[in-house]
Amino acid sequence: MKKSFVIINKELKSYFLSPIAYLVLTFFLLISGFVFYIVLAEAVKNLTLNPYFNEPINVPSLIISTFGGFVGTLFLFLGPLITMGVYADERKKKTLELLLTSPIRDGELILGKYFSGLIFILILLLASYLNVLILFYVSKPDLLPTLGAFLGLILFAASLVSLGNFVSSLTENQIVAAIITFILFLILWFFDIFTRESTTGWRGVLGYLSPLKHLQTLQRGVINLYDIVYFLSFISFFLFLTYRSIESLKWRS
Amino acid sequence: MIEVRNVSKSYGNFLALDGVSFKVNKGEILGFLGPNGAGKTTTMRIITGYMPPTNGDCLIDGKSILEFPTEVKSKIGYLPENPPLYTEFTVREYLKFVGKLKDLGKSDIEDRINYISEKCGIKDVLNKLISKLSKGYKQRVGIAQALLHDPDVVILDEPTIGLDPVQIREVRDLIKGLGGDHTVILSSHILPEVSQVCDRILIINKGKIVAEDTPENLTKKLKGQTRCNLILKGDGEKVREILTKYSDDMEISGSEELKINFSLKSEEDLRPKIIRELVEAGGVDIYEFSTERLTLEDIFLHLVTEENEGRE
Repeated sequence: MKKSFVIINKELKSYFLSPIAYLVLTFFLLISGFVFYIVLAEAVKNLTLNPYFNEPINVPSLIISTFGGFVGTLFLFLGPLITMGVYADERKKKTLELLLTSPIRDGELILGKYFSGLIFILILLLASYLNVLILFYVSKPDLLPTLGAFLGLILFAASLVSLGNFVSSLTENQIVAAIITFILFLILWFFDIFTRESTTGWRGVLGYLSPLKHLQTLQRGVINLYDIVYFLSFISFFLFLTYRSIESLKWRS
Repeated sequence: MIEVRNVSKSYGNFLALDGVSFKVNKGEILGFLGPNGAGKTTTMRIITGYMPPTNGDCLIDGKSILEFPTEVKSKIGYLPENPPLYTEFTVREYLKFVGKLKDLGKSDIEDRINYISEKCGIKDVLNKLISKLSKGYKQRVGIAQALLHDPDVVILDEPTIGLDPVQIREVRDLIKGLGGDHTVILSSHILPEVSQVCDRILIINKGKIVAEDTPENLTKKLKGQTRCNLILKGDGEKVREILTKYSDDMEISGSEELKINFSLKSEEDLRPKIIRELVEAGGVDIYEFSTERLTLEDIFLHLVTEENEGRE
């Protein structure tokens, strides 16, 4: 596992030496800050128009869950930009040949790559949740839904990174990798919208496959194993596919 | 040190390597020679464990690359056809990463970087971004990367490509200096380069080994072969009669002034004998008698084209 840290170290360095990281960071913080402001202003306006509104709903919690939902959507757009180069760029620069002829196991390489993408996206998440911290400072939101939503977003981002890693290993072209990752995740996303409310039959299956459905459950503050298992299997599945894809690359190239 | 056992590799229906076997002894420098697409890179990729062979096995120090990949890989330094460089890093950052990847300890890394950058002539550019370097420097960083962890086995795929003549000589000397301590395989399609550096040459074409010997022996093999050009006037029939005694592949052109091209296959120098005989036969005026020695280049072409004709 020591080698995974070597890879993580190098990947994060690479991220912060490339303009993409700074563009993503700036864009993400700008938009999420702006949205937080809007959600907050909207809530305050409603509150002043309707004084009976604040009972029995916890307004800060409402703000946090709206904001969390939005951050999830934003990840959908920015996640592919973070993962697109992971393998595609190595293949294009032929540096994969260095990695695969070095004394490092494929598994260590894949985990190293995976966690560096995850760490980067977690940095984004933590930075945007500074807004939420302020709310905790000035008011008393419900803790459980906030934590649930935060956990949900972490798992959601982790799934996105795992899918993105797999897609990136399939091509030498970063743009293609980004677009395919986005489309695949969007399709999974839509599964939930099309199969809303039904939990049986093929609609139920498709609905279960959608990360959005499980994210929403967690964001309501309902933390059950069912959703966590879903995310963990999603992540493992695509990490396994990445492993296979890198292996097959050796046979093909 | 390196043993390649009956290795084959096919890409779909295309057979890139067809039962290649050879050995390289410790401290030896082996030159891998062949036209583009002959299977040099494929062989090297199999030895370094980048790709598995379809058939056969490859042993480094008695250990199979397929069974002990990480252990064997740590003994190999490899410069692929395209130097694998992270262009957003500086040379120092890049070499540090490679050092860690290859299990060098923290204190060793600094020492090795200093030592190797001196040896490869990249000391001045250590703090420059790799993307800003010229092709020659990039190639040398690639070589430095392969030698950084002081591997037992060094495999260099076209190490002098993209370098200018002065740099080529430097790299050549560098490689020569590796022999003895390191076992080296280097590939090239440029003959003089290989013949000057290597202890042994292996010529490969269309996935098969067509010749394997020291540069001297390879040259010696065709040393008896000398191509002669003769320009004379006189009785063509008589001349032909005399020359057939010495050569079997004579070509005569021209009508009045005869131009004859033939080869001599003998350790003994037959030229004075032939000239004397021609003159004594009478009625023949010799205008020119010249010879061209076959070089390693010709041997190479000879082997490679012969093989091609045999296949088609």
